[in-house]
Amino acid sequence: MRARVLIRPKAGILDPQGEAVERALPALGFAGVANVHIGRLVELDVEDPSQIKEMCEKLLANPLVEDYEVQLLDGGS
Amino acid sequence: MKFGVLQFPGSCDEVDALQAARKVGDAELIWHGDRDLKGADAIVVPGGFSYGDYLRAGAIARFAPAMESVISFANGGGLVLGICNGFQVLCEARLLPGALLGNANRRFTFRQVELEVADHNTHFTRACGAAGREGADERLSIPAKHSWGRYYSSEETLKGIEENGQVVLRYAQGQNFNGSVADIAGVRNEAGNVFGLMPHPEHAVDELVGGSADGLQIFESMRLSVEGAYV
Repeated sequence: MRARVLIRPKAGILDPQGEAVERALPALGFAGVANVHIGRLVELDVEDPSQIKEMCEKLLANPLVEDYEVQLLDGGS
Repeated sequence: MKFGVLQFPGSCDEVDALQAARKVGDAELIWHGDRDLKGADAIVVPGGFSYGDYLRAGAIARFAPAMESVISFANGGGLVLGICNGFQVLCEARLLPGALLGNANRRFTFRQVELEVADHNTHFTRACGAAGREGADERLSIPAKHSWGRYYSSEETLKGIEENGQVVLRYAQGQNFNGSVADIAGVRNEAGNVFGLMPHPEHAVDELVGGSADGLQIFESMRLSVEGAYV
């Protein structure tokens, strides 16, 4: 099973990367951009998708400062 | 006494830590793949970029075989000092509360910082002030160099940290360049035997090259504690 894990900084925690991009976009002429946040994307093939939550809690994310979302995709790669 | 200094692939401050520790006692390197702590009385988890800082700083290092032994050592009351990347590793291992995030200024920053000793009565600060420098009992002047040094904890955790008196060092006024919550530069666990800080005491043990020798007071404090001078 192909899976995708989206990892984001928790709401309310200062995100300097997001802020930098949010300031860079208007400088390139893109107006009306707000609330830019930058996280990580982990894609993986797993035999047992029920293990993904534990993988996230233990390694892929730091639950103290990050939220994660698991998406299961069709097929492997 | 003997310090054990961990060495991961990507560590870069382990030699300075070793040399700083040798100014107050014996010290030996411990490779990340070894479970044997070689009879060390205290452990230093040094700075650098363990395992390339892949995923998150310290996230992979915390599972190293040597860290399994360090976690047992800490749970048994042994003294553990984490510096910079070592602080990140100890937070990832949940030996210390909170986490380290990207600097608020978005930059790798290398500068001398002034720190206020928030608590002199710890295993890591009891010798602070012994250097005879003017004001040395209140402040340490040591270097900091990092991109991911913004100490963060949830409001609830922070409340507990403050109530338990776990803040050991704070950035002095105007020195908190990385945006750490409550100006926290160094924090200990509830039991008091595990301590982490972002600035580098091991780089400030010789006035000729370190800007000050204030960092030595941290290592000297650990020696005094291990040798039972204050227990």
